[in-house]
Amino acid sequence: MSVQPGQVSSEIDPPSETPGESPPSGLWRVASGQLAHNRAAMGALLVLVVIVAACVAAPLYARYVAHTNPFQFNVSGTTVSDGKTVPVLQQSTTGLRLGVTPIGPTWSLSHYFLGADNDGRDVFARLLYGGRTSLVIGAGSAVLCCLLATIIALIAGYFGGIVDGVLSRLMDFVWAFPVYLLAISLSVVLLASGGLNVGPLHLASNSLWVPTLIIAGCYLPYVARPIRGQVLSLRRSEFVEAAVGVGASDVRIIFRDLVPNILPTVIVFAPLMMAINMLTESALSFLSIGVRPPNASWGTIINDGIGLLYTRPAVTIAPGLALAVVAVALNVLGDGVREAFDPRGRRFGRV
Amino acid sequence: MHRNRRTMLAGYLLAALGVAACGGSSKSPSAEVSASSTSVTAPLGYQASHAGGTLHLLLNASAGSIDPVPASQVPIVQADADVYDGLMGFVKAPGPAGNVVVPDLARSMPLVSNGGKTYTFTLRKGIRFSNGTLVTVQDVLSSLRRIYTVPSGVAGGLFTSFVGASLCLKTPSACTLAGGVSADPSADTVTITLTAPDPNILLKLALPAASIVPPNAPRHNGGDTPIPGTGPYMVASYGPNSALTLVRNPYFREWSAAAQPQGYPNEIVETFGVPVESEVTEVEQGQADGVLDPLPADRLTELSTKYASQVHVSLTPDTNYFALNTRVPPFTNLAARQAVNWAINRDAVVRLLGGTQVATPLCTFLPPSVPGYEHTCQYTIGSSATYSGPDLTKARQLMRQSGDAGAPVSVYTANDPVSEAMGGYMVSVLNQLGFKGQLRALTNAVVGAYFSNSKNKVQAMLSGWFPDYVAPSDYLLNNLSCASFYPDSAANYNQAEFCNKPIDAQMYRALSAQATAPARADSLWAKADEAVMRLAPEVPLYANKQVDFVSKRVGHYAYNDQFYMLIDQLWVR
Repeated sequence: MSVQPGQVSSEIDPPSETPGESPPSGLWRVASGQLAHNRAAMGALLVLVVIVAACVAAPLYARYVAHTNPFQFNVSGTTVSDGKTVPVLQQSTTGLRLGVTPIGPTWSLSHYFLGADNDGRDVFARLLYGGRTSLVIGAGSAVLCCLLATIIALIAGYFGGIVDGVLSRLMDFVWAFPVYLLAISLSVVLLASGGLNVGPLHLASNSLWVPTLIIAGCYLPYVARPIRGQVLSLRRSEFVEAAVGVGASDVRIIFRDLVPNILPTVIVFAPLMMAINMLTESALSFLSIGVRPPNASWGTIINDGIGLLYTRPAVTIAPGLALAVVAVALNVLGDGVREAFDPRGRRFGRV
Repeated sequence: MHRNRRTMLAGYLLAALGVAACGGSSKSPSAEVSASSTSVTAPLGYQASHAGGTLHLLLNASAGSIDPVPASQVPIVQADADVYDGLMGFVKAPGPAGNVVVPDLARSMPLVSNGGKTYTFTLRKGIRFSNGTLVTVQDVLSSLRRIYTVPSGVAGGLFTSFVGASLCLKTPSACTLAGGVSADPSADTVTITLTAPDPNILLKLALPAASIVPPNAPRHNGGDTPIPGTGPYMVASYGPNSALTLVRNPYFREWSAAAQPQGYPNEIVETFGVPVESEVTEVEQGQADGVLDPLPADRLTELSTKYASQVHVSLTPDTNYFALNTRVPPFTNLAARQAVNWAINRDAVVRLLGGTQVATPLCTFLPPSVPGYEHTCQYTIGSSATYSGPDLTKARQLMRQSGDAGAPVSVYTANDPVSEAMGGYMVSVLNQLGFKGQLRALTNAVVGAYFSNSKNKVQAMLSGWFPDYVAPSDYLLNNLSCASFYPDSAANYNQAEFCNKPIDAQMYRALSAQATAPARADSLWAKADEAVMRLAPEVPLYANKQVDFVSKRVGHYAYNDQFYMLIDQLWVR
């Protein structure tokens, strides 16, 4: 009764498969083939790869191209613009000559490509570093959220009864709070208490794990509930009943019959959750309760630029744009993945 | 810079002269002193046609207790100046003239006797509190005792020279000031006896802490509950998280245009909890009349260009520094403290504040406008004549010597945008040196108390000193003497918890010379300042200028060294 990942039991076909269709031994192959033919999804994937590669290369850019430390204040520094050496923060020369303004975009990769922020730091280098943080938190919390949601859904859906009741009510409880309100409350509490201390586990308030865990926890019911529904449906299906009938253990049924059938759904969720989580992280960081200094994320950079909105809009627009592009790309890719994996979608597609 | 110093010196000398003239003389010098004080006439001249209206001011955080004794936050000092009076008062005139003291509730300058140790004040007649009761000499007595019973740093820092003060400081609940303050109701006189001549006693009696309040005022901190005063306004309502409303005191009649002129607006409303950026926008749009917080650096260019006529820049006597706690590691180590002093770029700090038009780099604890200031710099690259920049090589050498690399350091600051940016810079420099810096920003309402209390073991903090009066003793003795350190108390002003006996002796030598040989005293203060800086308990950062932004309809703006923007003198019609 062994099955391939993503494949239903070899003894009893899943109810969702079309009669007469060849056994789905190639679900992954078919799905990936279909995904590869989805131009929009492949375009989105390409955009994501480029952005991820650029962000991964952030230290190389900062060190070898821009020759700057984007986490260090450079208030009295100078740079080159139009062939002239100019201060990074320029003293106002109009009116009462109060205030200083950071240099704007020079469009030269080696000299403050997107200009400087109020602290004299290279905005483009920070953008790349911030992207690493935003992507890591977005992906990390999406994986964590999907993983935990899958475990909870499998336990609740398969065992049912009081286990299901307790877990489902717990999920309902979390669901009852507006996501942002819950995330803000948890962030403020953890920041105020200096981090997370649970037994031997200690996370400092400026650890990236803090926003990652908060965001994953807040979205848990949004993933767990639909998967639980699917598990409940699968639990009553003939092939699972048959497996129970032949005396298969719970663990075997869960891992060999249920997990492969819910995995496509989980995979469909992953990119969508990543996009949502990145937006949530940015919102928290914008409110100064997400990523903490010295780390930077696109949300913190948007926050840095709020005061410069009229004079140096690039500081805000650049991370905002990057965030929007990544979120759209992840959604387009997510749609492609859903179309590729969703059997119902495939059947309708044929019609 | 020198011009400013001389200007301030003149004001300071006017005040000190009166006292100096009194020292050692048994005859009353009041005639001479009064002459100098009465020459300070109504500085701004009252124009009744501009009276009336409501002045709306905005503040990000509330400033805590409204009681005049512990008042230390500028907005509360500003409000209390319009509500309360002392025996003496600072002249409500623009600029350094505001450092001169004149009789306020006292009818004239005091009669000084007993070698400068006894001061006899005659109370003005017929003055009433805002609750209608007459001010009596008994009220003066109870108010002066209150300085010791209400917890604050003022009593121990400034009012130590009264006979009986030591008992009051030790056991505030048993404070009587017996032998130190006495009253003669039949002659309406109050006599203050000191343990030793104090050249600054009249300045101290002009502080909000020495305000005269009714005898039934609580012996503890009045907190949010307003206490009646004698000034032109009274507190109609105060919610520390919402607003402060001052309305006209119906019993006020002007008795000294110099000390307590009548105000212009009928009502002054300070609204709390408004983000600084919104404060600026509201004033730009005419929805409010003034910003009481430091203006955000990113708005300065816009304000100084588009709203130049509504922006007022004034030199302040404030000193601003980065305090390094000498009793909490790693700054127990002199080399670590000196390394930070060498590494911090004062020019960068000035840029963060908004440039050289807003602040000037500072290398000494005394700012340029204070007597005793000397234009030298111990921690600068190049010549020590002026600040030229940090010396990171020297800083790193000292760090290696200290062996403190890798030590975690929490940098505390207020949570307004300017302070947070500066705090970020400090963390950045500490990390450059090899510390593991972390920024902790606290709300403005609690920073003072939190930083001051040694229980909190704050390692490093961005702080500033807004002088009670412009005299070097008020800066150095209050912040860096052994006596100014009060362990486990929010009333402690010595945030670096610094104590060095030889430097203390230097400071007291300067203080005693102040009454008789001011020039020598200035030189001694400068030497004491230099000696303190050698031990680097603090990193002096900048002397700043006050930048006030008012609405288009506001007129008659005046800045005063004691009270900053004279809010009661603003016209809103």
